[in-house]
Amino acid sequence: MDLGLNEQQELLKNAARDFLENECPESLVREMEEDERGYSPDLWAKMAEQGWQGLLVPEEHGGAGFDFLDLCVLLEEFGRALVPGPFMSTVLGGAVPIMVAGSDEQKAEFLPKIASGDTIFTLALTEPSARFDEQGVQAQASVSGNDVTFNGTKLFVSDANVADYLIVAGRSGQGVTLGIVATDQPGVEVTQLQTIARDKQCEVKLNDAKGQLLGAEGQGWNLLQPVIQRYTVAECAYLVGLSQMDFEIAVDYAKERVQFGRPIGSFQAIQHKCADMVTDVDGSRFIMYKAAWSVATDQPADDTQMAVNMAKAWTSEATRRVVAHGQQIHGGIGFTKDYKIQLYFRRQKRAELAFGDSDYHRELVAQQLGI
Amino acid sequence: MDWSDSPDQATFRKEVHDFIRERLPGPYRGKLEGGDGESDGETFTVGWQADRKSDDPERRDTAVQWATALAEKGWIAPHWPKEYGGAGLSVMEQFIYNQEMAKAGAPSVGGMGVSLLGPTVIVHGTDEQKEQHLPKILSGEVAWAQGYSEPGAGSDLASLQTRADRDGDDYVINGQKIWTSGAQYADWLFALVRTDPEAPKHRGISFITMDITTPGITVRPLTDMGWNQPFNETFFEDVRVPARNLVGDENRGWYIGMTLLDFERSGISGAVEYQRTLDNLIEFLGSDEGTEVTRQDLDTVRLEIADRRIETEILFNFAFRIVSMQNRGMVPNYEASVNKLFGSELHQRLSRTGNKAFGLYGNLWDREVGPMGAHFVRDYIGSVPHTIFSGSSEIQRNVIATRGLGLPRG
Repeated sequence: MDLGLNEQQELLKNAARDFLENECPESLVREMEEDERGYSPDLWAKMAEQGWQGLLVPEEHGGAGFDFLDLCVLLEEFGRALVPGPFMSTVLGGAVPIMVAGSDEQKAEFLPKIASGDTIFTLALTEPSARFDEQGVQAQASVSGNDVTFNGTKLFVSDANVADYLIVAGRSGQGVTLGIVATDQPGVEVTQLQTIARDKQCEVKLNDAKGQLLGAEGQGWNLLQPVIQRYTVAECAYLVGLSQMDFEIAVDYAKERVQFGRPIGSFQAIQHKCADMVTDVDGSRFIMYKAAWSVATDQPADDTQMAVNMAKAWTSEATRRVVAHGQQIHGGIGFTKDYKIQLYFRRQKRAELAFGDSDYHRELVAQQLGI
Repeated sequence: MDWSDSPDQATFRKEVHDFIRERLPGPYRGKLEGGDGESDGETFTVGWQADRKSDDPERRDTAVQWATALAEKGWIAPHWPKEYGGAGLSVMEQFIYNQEMAKAGAPSVGGMGVSLLGPTVIVHGTDEQKEQHLPKILSGEVAWAQGYSEPGAGSDLASLQTRADRDGDDYVINGQKIWTSGAQYADWLFALVRTDPEAPKHRGISFITMDITTPGITVRPLTDMGWNQPFNETFFEDVRVPARNLVGDENRGWYIGMTLLDFERSGISGAVEYQRTLDNLIEFLGSDEGTEVTRQDLDTVRLEIADRRIETEILFNFAFRIVSMQNRGMVPNYEASVNKLFGSELHQRLSRTGNKAFGLYGNLWDREVGPMGAHFVRDYIGSVPHTIFSGSSEIQRNVIATRGLGLPRG
């Protein structure tokens, strides 16, 4: 038993922190909020040089062959730096489904291009019902041999505006069915949504959109489970890094801000908020890594599912408490657009909602407890 | 990161696990056999100390049997170095030992002598003090109580006023201690006393030991709000204690006493206990017996139960983190306070949630009648002091903020 990082993970973490401090400063984060694409192709290419898009991808397909827990170490740093762009969409929403469900040909075709940074993917799962369960998948899928045609509307699809391919979940007579769908076709219509985090979530209308079948027809929901588990934990990892940084900014501010002739951090009213923040951040980190470890080491399926649900249930709410304290400690200045703390507050909400908030996952925990 | 045992850890865990099942005496096996034991919301663990002085010969025998079994393995003081009669276990082995003992609900033996006085004497005591005290702690012959708090010195412990004035080869002690847990079952007392009233408050305190039967000491049990008597007021009236009973240098007692306080805060037993409590609650709610006393609108509580389970997972990780750090040779800083703070507050939430499941039946105090032996209603009372003793939640948050996060002191 050991709750520390190993040497390789320490190296990855430190390298990522150094890289992102230089390459993904606050100014870039702000610029990308207003940018139509929402990401910097230059940064994207440099990240690929670091091997990050291919971190999980097996070496035979041009990746680094690291495990999922290692990826979470990296994503914690992404949360800390608020890295904008389609990284999670491509890795969790593209590489992972192909690694889970793809044929040898599909792996050989797509994984090297993901690892090299040449291809952007995203997962088109949710619909206007905004459900995360199997019933939420109502878009139609028609299968013919290895081809599949989709009709319907996908909503809250991250980064579809820049994605080359979508992993689409639809429903045929045999059940949920997955396909890899190129976006440069007339049957795919993408509209950006304006969101709280100014990330690039989109509505995607599929009108006879053609793609290739991913996995067997009707097996899509089963195949998606490891994808959803990993994506959910990845969002937790991002939240851990985000809330850690929000907390650090708030503590630094409390040490510097003087009122009544002394730093506000000398007042117990502020100190106790800070103590609660570190408790929430640390609690989030370890419950997230427990889930990541469970996934990465293939623990019994029931245990892993429980670990994932507990992680997102806790992390979603704990990090919300953290960023709320971060705002309160800053007072008025924190409410201004120019000051950085609000960047964290808004992005926390996106990740809190992604793949289900606390209430959603708490209910699943209750069901698994048998109550 | 790894939540599983290494092969060595698994082997040691099995050794502890098997030993408990082989040797734990019958009367202590309640929790081992699926119940929640006889937990009656007692605020301090005085079970073994109370048993060894019980009027009931069976309880006395049970206490002796268990102590004898542990002593054979050197497991009365598993964390003490071997040269002093401990088992010299590594921090990870100690953790596993504590976890398995907690899982089985096996009482620890030796109380404050093993946990605090012994380690303090090992670090700061003279050879004579080691020879005098350590063997008797390990044999169970002498039980210890701790005299730190006073009526006027709670969270501000360093303001303590009990005086120890040097007179020839003795100190003469006058004053009052309070919350002296288990003093009514103890043979010896270790205390913080003021030896220099002129010095700054932290620098005029000494650490001293005394036979609790020394003339002038009066121990008066206090009844708590749950009708238990876990602790006492202890009065000192011209109590003459030999100066050689001082542990460490005169006026250095504060620092000697604080050496080991963090050990009170790195435990795993809380998480193990809450997990068992939740398992028992969920099983009971699904049983026929449980259905009769469960509120009709249980839906209002089920998500709270899920939250308590998740929070228990958080608490496990806080404990795992501390032992992971120690195992890597690091010294936990604010992490032990986080563990104590979160665990004690969770304890209160858990008792409230559990009791809530039973509606009006949550009134019933009688073990024979109340749901689950009235466990939750009693724990609702019993958990009250957990956010107060060993450093209140407010003090823990202060420690986290100042020592951990470097915020300026007020």
